[in-house]
Amino acid sequence: MNQILGIFDGVSVTLGDSLLELSYLISALLFVYGLKRLSNPATARNGNIWAAAGMLLAMITTALLHKNDAGHNIPISNLIIIILAISVGSVAGWIIARKVKMTAMPQLVSLYNATGGLASALVGLLEFPKAMAGNFGSLLVTVLGLLIGAVAFSGSMIAYGKLDGKVGDIRAGYMKYVNMLLIVATLAFGAWVTFNGGQPSEQMWAIWLLFGLAILYGVLFVMPIGGADMPVVISLLNALTGIAAAMAGFIYHNQAMILGGILVGAAGMILTMLMCKAMNRSLINVIIGAFGGGGAAADRDMGIMKEITVSDAAVLLNYSQKIVIIPGYGLAVAQAQHIAHELDNLLESRGVDVRYAIHPVAGRMPGHMNVLLAEADVPYEKLVEMDHINPDMPNVDVAIVIGANDVVNPAAYDDPSSPIYGMPIIDAHLAKNIIVMKRGAGKGYAGIENFLFFNDKTRMFYGNAKDSLQKLAAEIKNM
Amino acid sequence: MEHILQYFFTYKEAIFIIALSIFLGIEVISNVPAVLHTPLMSGANAISGVIIIGGIILVGHADLSKVSVDLLLGILALIFGTLNVVGGFAVTDRMLEMFKKKKTQKAS
Repeated sequence: MNQILGIFDGVSVTLGDSLLELSYLISALLFVYGLKRLSNPATARNGNIWAAAGMLLAMITTALLHKNDAGHNIPISNLIIIILAISVGSVAGWIIARKVKMTAMPQLVSLYNATGGLASALVGLLEFPKAMAGNFGSLLVTVLGLLIGAVAFSGSMIAYGKLDGKVGDIRAGYMKYVNMLLIVATLAFGAWVTFNGGQPSEQMWAIWLLFGLAILYGVLFVMPIGGADMPVVISLLNALTGIAAAMAGFIYHNQAMILGGILVGAAGMILTMLMCKAMNRSLINVIIGAFGGGGAAADRDMGIMKEITVSDAAVLLNYSQKIVIIPGYGLAVAQAQHIAHELDNLLESRGVDVRYAIHPVAGRMPGHMNVLLAEADVPYEKLVEMDHINPDMPNVDVAIVIGANDVVNPAAYDDPSSPIYGMPIIDAHLAKNIIVMKRGAGKGYAGIENFLFFNDKTRMFYGNAKDSLQKLAAEIKNM
Repeated sequence: MEHILQYFFTYKEAIFIIALSIFLGIEVISNVPAVLHTPLMSGANAISGVIIIGGIILVGHADLSKVSVDLLLGILALIFGTLNVVGGFAVTDRMLEMFKKKKTQKAS
């Protein structure tokens, strides 16, 4: 059989080699098929499983069939270490994935992305001596994989810290010059390492320094970016991790890695673009321009915000025909999705039509709100996308804004100086009445004044979203 | 120039795969509804954990006769890669499970 498979002159191909490559082909196809199914609500869960199956197949066949340059299979002793390491990673990954709260999902995706980036960077670091001995092409992909992986790692860690409230913003104007300088320096040094040549043992300091520079760049790259832009950044970093994995695929001439990595890279880039579009911002703007603050609103006479009492709000809601709930991250932070659903059930039982208007970038990640409300058992049909709810907004009796801010800010329409000018918003200001549930009178996460709060039709309901909703539900129950 | 062409020739299959995968990735994602953005990002993130194959190869052919920094870093890469893969797929499944639940309720 081995002889039959040796079809190319001078190349000995064994059955194991062929099986390994065949398994990689199947894995690659499963990645594509899985991702395709993931992008449709009806087949998404199934698609995820197909992609996971592809990964498992590639892992098993690599462990059993991979040969090094000398033609040796992976020895049993090494296999045991591999199995142990994979077990540790699996158990930890599984436990974290099951335990974490749905509201913390964006952080978690960011954290996992960091681990993938770090793995890519480490592989680049370890393959460097061998790559130096090889040709220019292999050295280039090794250095690129290391650089991209390291940036994805540290950037994702900072993004994780920011979303988790552990890391603050640095919004100094000079940051963009520091960052530009640093990326130029890092790339130049990377080029020097690639072209310099020399003995691998003498160049190890250089590759470690490059690793350090890339880590530093990742940190400083994400530091100045405002919290409202974090979803875009996570998606971008996700794309980077994919590209880093593809670079490692080059090192090992592994087509499944190349295809999987580039597939994720391209998909991640498109997703990043879609998100930018939903926020009406360009990617360059997100990366360079620090978001938030400013706008003419600061010197404009805003009028005053008017408060509403629990009983007035309860009466207003109870005697309405049509209510639209506009949830934002404040709802997620307060874990108020369940009580929101309770309130909407209560109102439905009184004959009120209640729907949820979901802005594409509501929450900290696109689609995050849908996941949260699904967790609280809110029926899928009740969630209406922005473009479908807006034409009906003038017929809505009460729009309840829960912990959302920028996605309902009319400055997007009429204040060209506002940072969010031109961003599509949910037209809460067109509803007959507006109740805004908010923790306090301050500006929101992005630090932009919101004209909606000063609207004559708007009443403010201060307090933690969960407490406010609970009070409201209790009041309505007593009516 | 000659060098560049030579590298292109050496890596031609890989470069073909890259070019086609870019279009494939764009094509596969372009019609995704906003509802699925978060699970999709998470699922794609798990796929990028394919770097784990590199980790297996690294540790698989590592010299075990002495404990070296390289070996420890390789094991670390493998652990982190697995975290990305297993955690990523598991959490994606958990998110999508909730959408699924709604579907069956609607049917019943």
